[in-house]
Amino acid sequence: MKNLFTELRVALIATIVLALLVCGIYPAMVWVVAQGLFPTEAKGSLIMRGGKITGSDLIGQGFIDSKYFHPRPSAAGSGYDATSSGGTNLGPTSKRLVDTIKQRVFAYRSENGLAPDILVPADAVTASASGLDPHISLKNAYLQAPRVAKARELSEKTVLREVAIATESRDLGILGEARVNVLKLNIALDGILR
Amino acid sequence: MAARTHSLFDRKIILQATADSFKKLNPRSLLKNPVIFVTEVGAVITAIGLVFPSGSETFAFVLQISLWLWFTVLFANFAEAMAEGRGKAQANALRKTRTQTMANLSKPDGSIEKVHAETLKKGDLVLVSAGELIPADGEIIQGVATVDESAITGESAPVIREAGGDRSAVTGGTRVLSDLIQVRVTANPGESFLDRMIGLVEGARRQKTPNEIALTILLSAMTIIFLVVIMTLKSFGRYSGIDFSVTVLVALLVCLIPTTIGGLLSAIGIAGIDRMVQKNVLAMSGRAVEAAGDVDVLLLDKTGTITLGDRQATEFIPAPGVRPDELANAAQLASLADETPEGRSIVVLAKKYGLRGRSISELPNATFIAFSAQTRMSGVDLEGRQIRKGATDAIQAFTGNDILPEIHVTIGDISLKGGTPLLVAEGNRVLGAIYLKDIVKGGLKDRFERFRAIGIKTVMITGDNQLTASAIAEEAGVDDFIAEAKPEDKLALIRREQAAGHLVAMTGDGTNDAPALAQADVGVAMNTGTQAAKEAGNMVDLDSNPTKLIEVVEIGKQMLITRGALTTFSIANDVAKYFAIIPAMLVTVFPVISPLNIMGLGSPASAILSAVIFNALIIVALIPLALRGVRFRPLGAAMILKRNLLIYGLGGLMAPFPGIKLIDLIVNALHLV
Amino acid sequence: MDLFGLIQLILFITILVALTKPVGLYLVRVLDAEGRTFLDPVLRPVERLFYRLFGINPGKEQDWKGYTVSMLCFSLVGLLFTYAILRLQHLLPLNPQGFKSVNADLAFNTAASFTTNTNWQNYGGESTLSYFSQMVGLTLHNFASAAVGIGVAAALVRGIAGNSAKTIGNFWADLVRINLYLLVPISFVFALFLVSQGMIQNFKGYEKTALVEPAPAETPMKDAAGEEVRDEKGNTVMETKEVKTQIIPQGPVASQAAIKTLGTNGGGFFNANAAHPYENPTPLSNFLQILSIFLIPSGLTYYLGRMVKKQQHGWAVWSAMAILFLVTLLVCWWAESAGNPRLHALGVDSTSGNMEGKEVRFGIFNSALFATVTTAASCGAVNAMHDSFTPLGGLMLLFNIQLGEVVFGGVGSGLYGMLIFVILAVFLTGLMVGRTPEYLGKKIDSYDVKVSVLALLISIFSILGFSAWAIVSKWGLAGLNNSGPHGLSEMLYAYSSATGNNGSAFAGLTGNTAWYNITLGLAMLLGRFLVIVPVMALAGNLSGKRMVPSSAGSFPAWGPIFTLVLVGTVLIIGALTFLPALALGPIVEYFLMMKSGLLY
Repeated sequence: MKNLFTELRVALIATIVLALLVCGIYPAMVWVVAQGLFPTEAKGSLIMRGGKITGSDLIGQGFIDSKYFHPRPSAAGSGYDATSSGGTNLGPTSKRLVDTIKQRVFAYRSENGLAPDILVPADAVTASASGLDPHISLKNAYLQAPRVAKARELSEKTVLREVAIATESRDLGILGEARVNVLKLNIALDGILR
Repeated sequence: MAARTHSLFDRKIILQATADSFKKLNPRSLLKNPVIFVTEVGAVITAIGLVFPSGSETFAFVLQISLWLWFTVLFANFAEAMAEGRGKAQANALRKTRTQTMANLSKPDGSIEKVHAETLKKGDLVLVSAGELIPADGEIIQGVATVDESAITGESAPVIREAGGDRSAVTGGTRVLSDLIQVRVTANPGESFLDRMIGLVEGARRQKTPNEIALTILLSAMTIIFLVVIMTLKSFGRYSGIDFSVTVLVALLVCLIPTTIGGLLSAIGIAGIDRMVQKNVLAMSGRAVEAAGDVDVLLLDKTGTITLGDRQATEFIPAPGVRPDELANAAQLASLADETPEGRSIVVLAKKYGLRGRSISELPNATFIAFSAQTRMSGVDLEGRQIRKGATDAIQAFTGNDILPEIHVTIGDISLKGGTPLLVAEGNRVLGAIYLKDIVKGGLKDRFERFRAIGIKTVMITGDNQLTASAIAEEAGVDDFIAEAKPEDKLALIRREQAAGHLVAMTGDGTNDAPALAQADVGVAMNTGTQAAKEAGNMVDLDSNPTKLIEVVEIGKQMLITRGALTTFSIANDVAKYFAIIPAMLVTVFPVISPLNIMGLGSPASAILSAVIFNALIIVALIPLALRGVRFRPLGAAMILKRNLLIYGLGGLMAPFPGIKLIDLIVNALHLV
Repeated sequence: MDLFGLIQLILFITILVALTKPVGLYLVRVLDAEGRTFLDPVLRPVERLFYRLFGINPGKEQDWKGYTVSMLCFSLVGLLFTYAILRLQHLLPLNPQGFKSVNADLAFNTAASFTTNTNWQNYGGESTLSYFSQMVGLTLHNFASAAVGIGVAAALVRGIAGNSAKTIGNFWADLVRINLYLLVPISFVFALFLVSQGMIQNFKGYEKTALVEPAPAETPMKDAAGEEVRDEKGNTVMETKEVKTQIIPQGPVASQAAIKTLGTNGGGFFNANAAHPYENPTPLSNFLQILSIFLIPSGLTYYLGRMVKKQQHGWAVWSAMAILFLVTLLVCWWAESAGNPRLHALGVDSTSGNMEGKEVRFGIFNSALFATVTTAASCGAVNAMHDSFTPLGGLMLLFNIQLGEVVFGGVGSGLYGMLIFVILAVFLTGLMVGRTPEYLGKKIDSYDVKVSVLALLISIFSILGFSAWAIVSKWGLAGLNNSGPHGLSEMLYAYSSATGNNGSAFAGLTGNTAWYNITLGLAMLLGRFLVIVPVMALAGNLSGKRMVPSSAGSFPAWGPIFTLVLVGTVLIIGALTFLPALALGPIVEYFLMMKSGLLY
């Protein structure tokens, strides 16, 4: 019994000492060094427009107007709510999933005026995992480009050029997928004088 | 004994076993076998389902499932009963020989009383005269006799048994052919070796071996796992809108729990002991048989095990200036009074040098000096000549001179070749040497080679000197040897090997072997040996053939392999059973799942029934294998593993598919469900 | 399944193999109380200080019971520590959002979850927990529970390697050394790298940003007190409001994310875990996070080989893990690439695979890879929503967990779990070589078999028992997000994940109710400590045994045959146990998806 008390005392000390190390010193050191080395990233890769924060490079935002490229459907809160990230968590045989996607496919087709033989890119009608996915696929962007160009009365070429600029290729040429950052693209489009 | 081995399908044994399998249905006796016990509970539950039907299954279906579950239990019982029956048949044949024996009990007051052999107790003294059966295991305390032991060894040549020394033990049921002996009984009724062995095969005295216990734990755990699987499946089914019936769940459970190995496990153990008996080795426990499989060091006495008991003179090597026939003549004369096999072999060899055989009676004037262990010399004083032959140092002492260098070379050569040199001298002159050779038994080298392949080290023990020992060791192909060994060296060696983690087997017969026999993991006492040796060992070899150790090890391994193989087979079987039963259970509610019915079984009911039937029949099909044992091949562990995995692992995975399909075809053809 | 995926897979395996030996050799030094590392000049004094503070003698080795008692005491204190912090959150500092005290059952669940290295999250990180709760209450366990796992594995390996030894190491020394020399330094460097990729590390309040395009959105109506308004049926009342701003949570993410994967913890800073762009900004950060999950478990196999002086054995165990991993990965990747035919029927491009619940920057392959790795390794971090995986893809994830988290597995727990299977595999097939089964020169006796199957039984009982209970009870069904077979998958996944100390979820399941919090919490504690105790008993029993010299007749615990035997044992035990339940879940769902028009 006495032994057990000794053990518990050591355990308590160990917990506190360890907490000081890994919950105090360690994150503080990471914080200090990170703020020094990578201040922008450490602070959230925020985008400033006119002295105001208008978003983050990494966090997607919702867009509805046809002059904007539309991001992926989001299940975060009421859509791109960064305080409740997450996906739909609907399974492949979910009626809700299939019904929702049916509507989205219809909407996507009609707003972009797709020919019947053109298939809708999956990322355009499926909700992302985080609900904050800042990216869409290249295919998706290309299909939206004519609509955006039309709404902005820009040439498709100009829009596609902006798409190309907003395109992030595979990391190191290998990892991940090529993708288009919707927020950056839309901000860039807003900045283009007609 | 007439038949050492019984055919697998001896009618009498089968009939008895069939009756026994019903007796074994008693749940209390089944409790020691959890897998089969659960099967019996399942059978009872389905039987109750017949009386109080629930669920949508037809009566015929539930009836057949229930019947086959009962068959499963019966088949498992049958396997055990078969093994017991065969063992008992062996034992009974031995026991029969002495049931009617009468004994001449000598009382303390010196009188003799006729009593039944069964009433003899340990310590009783009995007299046995020519033509009588020895009434019980015992030790000769007075007299010498020739004994016919063919009843237990099958060997027809009579053997000599005498008081004192290492050949004093006699076995009940053997017959004295000549002379009169007084025997002290060494076993109480029911405690003789035979009784112990009969007890072992009958199950009453059988204790599970360590591996059997571990395996039973594993099998019980699997049974518990599947119980949980089945019970929770009911609940998952309810969520999915399927009401799994009790019959179907029990059927699935019994198919999944390892009934095959569960049903055959004890049969394998009994069969192992039984196979020992067939080799004329009585094992005192299943544990000993199992330990035999684990042995990795064999301690072998040189004399009698590796070499023929006696050394033979094979050559005379004269000293410089001595004619060969002169040496041969002297050697023969010196050996006439030597009755040892070595001495006789010298006389025989001398004849090849053109000398006729002589005998002591031809030379009345001669004074013969007989061979003795103290002088290690024999010889003759004849017409003023003093001729001697004997061990080198003894002869050197006799002549009083230094031995010529040439002789020294000869002696060295002989020793190097593993022989024993004897010198022949006349007066103070050494005439030459005799080459006594140890004759290594035929075929041993191959056997030791096989042992090396399976990782068993052979160590030869001999009293010979280093040189001699190494030459014989080489000729016999043993891995190691211990020369100039004293009896206590054996014990020390065993302890040393055990400390290094080895398991040691040895044979022995003398009283001074007893400590080593007791210390060894497998100690095989020779039946001809002393009572002390027999008590110390955990096996007795009725043939008293020390080479038997090799078979003992193989039988032990075979038993372990059989268990492992059937366990693997049993578990691998489950995969196919799943493919038979799961689709059948789901297909009514989820018809889309029908592609999983890869065997294309006729209907859900027939699929389940076929799996249950297969599960029952496979036990019967494997009984011969369980009793005979998986064939043992002298290969390295890696090779054996590969081979057995292929046969029993992969085989176990594949075999049920065609098996269940075939049964399903029959079930459907007969419209059983 | 495309070429780029294949290249990334080969790259992944290559780097993993290359790192296994150096990590293993480093582990040998870390796990030896006398071992020297290049960090000694800096950390040796710290280590000594720790021992002085603890009041222990690191050189005094413990027997298995002593080690276990220390480990249990430490875990108990840690459990209570975190429980207290969560309950007292409102009184503690670093709570810029002013979150309230966490309620009792959720606090129990969360404390159990982190103490057991599970990191199941029934709470929403950004909406429930203060920075202090995350940093101290949770991060402590990210290090502590990982160290416990590695310590137990090391103790077992010492037991296997020992020859008639009575002791198996000192728990406190292991705890200190694993943290000081292994977890903290690697996490530090790794965290900085992650920041360079865009992961945040700050102590700011949440950022309020002006949306580029303000838009109307349906949001839950809130009353004056900020509580959601509910109608008489209990449903949240929604209102349409013009949303002009986006609130972006901030915090010390990188320092937690680094140890999250390195220590196979998995508990995310954000609800979306490693799918959240702040918690996994780029494919590169993604790749390294995946790698870091397997890093220590893979290195531990080398440590095993080194310690038992049979490196081939270490590699055989590694290979068995790798084979199981590749099989599940390939099936999962294939299934996710093939996508959902129901959606294809609606005109969705079938070549882009199943993108529901996946991030564009990771795509199909990296989502499948992350998911397979995280379930194989008992990590539980996710970069895609497992609930939305295709039936067969999800089946692989579920199966990985149900195999016992032994495919590399959690740090330490993967190795000791796999060694349990090694004992069983050796016992099952070892008889077939005609000897009492022996493992690396130690005879397996009934005690070893008993404790091994006990460890196995606990997990199976917990997974199947709790799932079967929940799936037919009201509280259980109420938590399901999906119905039909997928609902069963959600349930099985929840208790498998909790018992296996994985922590990932078919996250549709609403686990934050009293019943779930308590049952899941219990499953985690059972799956952790009732497995560790038999494992330690095994370590103690093995350590005391005499080593039998190996010969041609010994069972070879290395080489392709052994590897296949081990793979077969793991697969057969896993498959036989869970196949019936899985048949009613993902397997039936697959056939329904492919061959019927049924929806749920």
